[in-house]
Amino acid sequence: MTSAGKQDRGRLRVDQDECKGCALCIEACPPHVIQMTERLNHYGYRTAMYAGAGCTGCGICFMVCPEPGAITVLRLASHVAASAEGVKPCAGN
Amino acid sequence: MSNGTEAEYEVTHGRPQAFYENFDRKGELQHQTHYCPGCGHGIVHKMLAQAIDELGIQNRTILVSPVGCSVFAYYYFDVGNVQGAHGRAPAVATAVKRSHPQSIVVSYQGDGDLSAIGSAEILHAANRGENITVIFVNNAIYSMTGGQAAPTTLLGQVSTTTPAGRNAANEGYPLHVSELLATLEAPVYIERVGLGDNRQVAQAQRAVRRAVENQVRGLGFSLVEVLSPCPTIWKMSPVDAQHWVRDVMEKTFPLAVLRDRTKDVQPKAAPATGPALEEIPRILGVTDEGEAEPSDAQAKGGVDLQVRVAGFGGQGVLLLGEVLAEAGLHAGLEVSWLPSYGPEMRSGTSNCHVRLAREPIDSPLVAHPDVLVAMNEPSLHKFCASVRPGGWIFYNGETVPEECERKDVHILARPFMHVADELGDGRAGNMVILGALLEATATLPQASVDAALGQLVKSPRWLTLDERALARGRELLRESLQEVCHEG
Repeated sequence: MTSAGKQDRGRLRVDQDECKGCALCIEACPPHVIQMTERLNHYGYRTAMYAGAGCTGCGICFMVCPEPGAITVLRLASHVAASAEGVKPCAGN
Repeated sequence: MSNGTEAEYEVTHGRPQAFYENFDRKGELQHQTHYCPGCGHGIVHKMLAQAIDELGIQNRTILVSPVGCSVFAYYYFDVGNVQGAHGRAPAVATAVKRSHPQSIVVSYQGDGDLSAIGSAEILHAANRGENITVIFVNNAIYSMTGGQAAPTTLLGQVSTTTPAGRNAANEGYPLHVSELLATLEAPVYIERVGLGDNRQVAQAQRAVRRAVENQVRGLGFSLVEVLSPCPTIWKMSPVDAQHWVRDVMEKTFPLAVLRDRTKDVQPKAAPATGPALEEIPRILGVTDEGEAEPSDAQAKGGVDLQVRVAGFGGQGVLLLGEVLAEAGLHAGLEVSWLPSYGPEMRSGTSNCHVRLAREPIDSPLVAHPDVLVAMNEPSLHKFCASVRPGGWIFYNGETVPEECERKDVHILARPFMHVADELGDGRAGNMVILGALLEATATLPQASVDAALGQLVKSPRWLTLDERALARGRELLRESLQEVCHEG
């Protein structure tokens, strides 16, 4: 959640089985909303996890992640974002 | 308070379509690559997969994978795949592109592959201006083989073959392949990018896409060199390795667009396709007749013992085979010992093929062993069906799983590691098995085995232990002979 109480623009999913815990995404994340788990996953790695709020949906964590699908980034659908701004959804968006 | 429901969000960055859903190289962990944590290959793979997705060319892309850590790229990319001999990927890519002009051909290579053994192939492919895309992943070292110096190793960089750091007087200077290729007339696009920080990664992604797009547009030879971290061999954390790319590597290999003639060149028309495959015998005047009958040299008499040893790294698989082969050599036989293991730096499978024969050996491969040594259950599962009838299986386990039981072979299942434990060290389990194997096959004199062991095991403590383990193995076989023969 952002300070103004608006919905976050982005969301993050981490596949706990695929992540190998290299922490490159934590280093890369501009708003610093990724952290390491304390617990080990099934294969013995500490893995990345989303802190739960503050994701902007920029996708840089996805690009620096060496695993094909360990990270999935979602962005607030344009119509939701637009109505939150009090603007009518525009076909061009 | 909530961040809204998941339904209000849409995926903008997710697993690219150009990857297979499951990577069936291994029985487990099929969603993961085999790369070490923080490896640059995974990142570059993803960039390439995204470019393939964005350009909509998955159905006509053909990837040529190299020798090196990225040898298994064909397990990951759901495109056409060819794997080339070491360094030869640009030559293979040339053939693929010329015979399938509509395909999009990507040669994916590391620095050991491209800049050393493959330096001739890349030079000439670039000089001919082949309309292919080359992705050159440079981590300044041979990683898969454990960290030897490459032509790209930095001055002062420590490797197993430059333990005091690379010295120009002895090993020459880091080879700047991209700069070299940029002196040629034909290439249309050469850029060096890095994976050293967010900005570099974003630029690398653009460059990879451009290099593929150039080919789609028919412009000509494109190469992207990616400075890429190898945390395992550099002995750094993934984040430190990433910073090393930016802070150290980049000083030797400056990031730059070294060639961009994409605006000047005219798209080349695809060359006419060659004759169809079925036309070729007619063109060459070759008929189908006169094919040689396959000969069965193995049916001839004399010793021909074929052994397959399989297990995980660290179980003594390779040494067992080596002692056997060395003993055969001492006994005056023809021998071959062929180790085979995965490219993982950790926890991989380990195998070896051993042949002992009176006649010269045609192939060191053992597809149908007379003796299988399975150090663990996965190895037993994998190879139990391949053993020749009348042969032997030595299984390091209490009981043979039902699906691996066979009536036509002798099976000895024992926890050999525990037996060795009783002798003083479980790691001598391989020698207990070798003892049983020697007793069962009776091909080699004990003196030859002693000589081989003495040559290969240097530590006096281990030599004594291994000798006792061998003797215990022989004893174990004699004790179990009745049971084994009942089963057999």
